[in-house]
Amino acid sequence: MPKGYFGQYVTIGIFGLVGLALVVVTLQLARLVRPNVPSPEKYTTYESGIDPIGQGWVHTNVRYYIYALLFVIFDVEAIFLFPWAIVFERLGTQAFIEMIIFIGILALALLYAIRKKVLEWL
Amino acid sequence: MSGIVDAIGIVVIIGAIKVIVAFVALLVVTLVVVWAERKIIADMQSRVGPNRWGPFGLLQTLADGMKLFFKEDFRPASADRWTYALAPVAAMVPAFLAFAVVPLGDDVTIAGREIDLVVTDINIGVLYFLAMGSLGVYGIVLAGWASGSKFPLLGGVRSTAQMISYEIALGLSLVPVVLAAGSLSMVDIVAQQADTVGNVTFFDGIPVLEQVADLFRYMPNWYIWSQWPAFAIFFISGIAETNRAPFDLPEAETELIAGFHTEYSGIRFAMFFLGEYIHVVVISAVAVTLFFGGWHGPGFDFLPWLWPLVWFMLKTTVFVYLFVWLRATMPRLRYDRLMWLGWKRLIPAALVWIMVTAVVNTPGISRNIRLAVFGALFLGVVTWVFRGDPRMKDIVTPQRRTTRGVA
Repeated sequence: MPKGYFGQYVTIGIFGLVGLALVVVTLQLARLVRPNVPSPEKYTTYESGIDPIGQGWVHTNVRYYIYALLFVIFDVEAIFLFPWAIVFERLGTQAFIEMIIFIGILALALLYAIRKKVLEWL
Repeated sequence: MSGIVDAIGIVVIIGAIKVIVAFVALLVVTLVVVWAERKIIADMQSRVGPNRWGPFGLLQTLADGMKLFFKEDFRPASADRWTYALAPVAAMVPAFLAFAVVPLGDDVTIAGREIDLVVTDINIGVLYFLAMGSLGVYGIVLAGWASGSKFPLLGGVRSTAQMISYEIALGLSLVPVVLAAGSLSMVDIVAQQADTVGNVTFFDGIPVLEQVADLFRYMPNWYIWSQWPAFAIFFISGIAETNRAPFDLPEAETELIAGFHTEYSGIRFAMFFLGEYIHVVVISAVAVTLFFGGWHGPGFDFLPWLWPLVWFMLKTTVFVYLFVWLRATMPRLRYDRLMWLGWKRLIPAALVWIMVTAVVNTPGISRNIRLAVFGALFLGVVTWVFRGDPRMKDIVTPQRRTTRGVA
């Protein structure tokens, strides 16, 4: 019975390997059976039916980048919250107050971001 | 020494059997889900839907898959070769992998060996599920970027911002559940939802609430009763994570052609497609596992091992149906609305709910404080629901806005 710590992760490993094997087999099989009829037009990118103008890598709004920065902060926060949540009942009130302070600081950061209007799209 | 080798061998064999069964089951389920979605939406739109291949068109998805398999797969000349080729893999495989920690049923005994009906019960199951969701973002982002084309790039950056935003809400919405359960293992969390609610002592001494709470004594002890705000946040974020309507902005047909997979064809497109539907099934299955008692349900003497599986599948089907229903019903959100909902509503709501759950669960805090927090939260929710959205005024009377601001 794979109950042990080792067995659990071995199964995850097998799962990943089977997943990758499935992908590799599918791709190789498809390569064997599918047609390959190249023509220059096929290798242009789609731009509503006309010839593409300029490069594909166009400028995008910088606001997407700001969301990515904020994401890093809050995702790390979420990761810190999980271990705290598990041992919460053993640690009691002290851990609760500490975590209020921690979440409070990050909530302030979110409030600051909202006040600075970085989360406004238009 | 040979004992260890034997043990490892058995571990690997049982693991491998489970993995292959899980993969085949997931693929079959996906075929059925795609067919069901087309049929349900067709019904909601007064159409017939697929009806050519197999009874009720059941084999339509298989036929579509075969067609994609035999289609030419060409890569734009401007694409980044390896990233373009591997992005569909990065989108599909994590969706499969996330399923590994979902318990499907009770332990069964096969040939004298007790087998648990979960691919693997790792002690960080919830975190693992979130991690696989995060890895899925890479597939879409890289596909959008590597195509070297404008529409996929826009779809890619849109989905980066969307998926990472809702990933925070998704992660935070699971913290209170973990807090209440005291474990990250999905098997443990399901085990805690096995009984009925029993005597609710929380409201003792409060005239009406006490009697009302007593009525619910025989309800199953699912986390949805105490954690419904967490569930609401989880499910909304889950829809956004799977890029499904009304959050399907990364592939908004009317704006971005097909978003991040515009330049994909043949088998690689099929992989994105498969990944999305498996993701839908996994989110539904996790919602059932964490909030709706997982595989628990009334069992019978006849085939006792079968009923948990049946209950689990029935519950999951309800949520898959909800996904489809939402797609048929809801119009797509505007991008700023999407971000507004994620950052200014779901994330603060999730943080507040974590605090409330913590207060209710702290051993050292007196009951009066808990009740006060509960009451304040109740009032807060009521005011929030009936407050009205000031932004709605912009929609109703757009002429009041000029380029200089509100006229």
